[in-house]
Amino acid sequence: MSKILSTYGPLLLRAMGQTLLLALYGLFFACIIGMIVGIMSVIKNRVCKGIALVFVNLIRGVPMIVLAYFIYFGIPYLWNTILAIGGLTLSALEAGTICLALNCGAYMAEIIRAGIESVDIGQMEAARSLGLPYWRSMQRVILPQAIRTMIPSIINQFIITLKDTSILSVIGFPELVNTAKNVVSKTFMSFQTWAVVGVMYLIVILILQQAAKIVERRLKRGHRSL
Amino acid sequence: MDTEACRNVKIRVQHLCKSYEKLEVLRDVSLDVFEGEVVCIIGPSGGGKSTFLRCINRLEEYNSGTVYVDGQNISAKGVNINTIRRNIGMVFQHFNLFNNMNVLNNLMLAPVDLKIYSKEEAKALAMKMLDRVGLADKSNVYPDQLSGGQKQRVAIARALCMRPQIMLFDEPTSALDPEMVGEVLEVMRELAADGMTMVVVTHEMHFAREAADRVLFMDDGQFLEAGDPDSFFGHPKNSRLQDFLKKVL
Repeated sequence: MSKILSTYGPLLLRAMGQTLLLALYGLFFACIIGMIVGIMSVIKNRVCKGIALVFVNLIRGVPMIVLAYFIYFGIPYLWNTILAIGGLTLSALEAGTICLALNCGAYMAEIIRAGIESVDIGQMEAARSLGLPYWRSMQRVILPQAIRTMIPSIINQFIITLKDTSILSVIGFPELVNTAKNVVSKTFMSFQTWAVVGVMYLIVILILQQAAKIVERRLKRGHRSL
Repeated sequence: MDTEACRNVKIRVQHLCKSYEKLEVLRDVSLDVFEGEVVCIIGPSGGGKSTFLRCINRLEEYNSGTVYVDGQNISAKGVNINTIRRNIGMVFQHFNLFNNMNVLNNLMLAPVDLKIYSKEEAKALAMKMLDRVGLADKSNVYPDQLSGGQKQRVAIARALCMRPQIMLFDEPTSALDPEMVGEVLEVMRELAADGMTMVVVTHEMHFAREAADRVLFMDDGQFLEAGDPDSFFGHPKNSRLQDFLKKVL
């Protein structure tokens, strides 16, 4: 164990950094996608609703590993060879980010949709009856209440996405699992290596959960009296 | 209303029809409400009272017919419904106070956000309205810390902060514990006495009897009887109204 830590510790730590970087990029775009698609699925417009529904079901219906292969290998092949436009190369980081953003974005969209729908319809009606336009009512009344109920699910989704980065080892991104595989193939110390990797994930996720608890508590406090 | 002369029609509803799928909720309903008039609508649940009320500010869209508020067709092309709604306060059965804001911000949100008043003006107005409903000391409290009666009084104050000329009440006391009904009705009585044009859907027969200028009975999506409170309650002609009154009085 100590040999793994002393020799490969820095390497594994750097790989953890790559994992976090990938997760961060992915989550950033996932939040944007989730917000847009989530809102598209609650507004009255049928076309918007339809697009959101197809997107969410498509992504949820395809395993992330297939999505990863499809984006990393399939899309450039389509562009360069089948369509013969040429010139498209995706780095593993780019493909990984797109993959995470799409996958996590679809789930975030569902969380956001459910959060908005959990707010009593009367809140919107009261806001509209005062003459507030739809979007202002959304911003000032509905979303602040919806976000409160969404926070636990969103944090949960963050954790899942962080763990899902390990799937992207299949497209060669040098994140933690991929790096650990290389370490094992050099040292044959699979027990020690995977134990260290497991603990590293665990620590990061425990920290994230603690942060989540603090955020949740603060939101609850804000809801009560000043 | 005692004076027949120079009565302004504030709300004119003509041949209103509304259906959900096959279910007809409103069947060719017409009504004129005059300035300063208090109209109470009573009737059994599912008879279309609330739907009718909600059509007046287009919270509910209707299939055919016309609604004029202050002479303005609220469904006409180019009409901004948000502007019309500013002039029509609405009070809901379940209060619908904004749970994410304290009482003061509930009252100030729309006037400030719509740039009708500056923050200072809106705050002064909000405090005045809270005082009017007897809750000036609750301005910093959140809705979940208020009793039902207090919530409804705040909801009335919130609507009044837009300085509406018309107030719609959708069963404002139906969700209240019996001992809290009085305080809300009291506020409504004062409003009526101040000359507010009011349309009230209610199950409070006593309120209808003493505060209304006109009472209407709605069932099956139609007004089956209308009249001044005395004749309406004293000598109901429609048989369904007679049955209904027998059950509720």
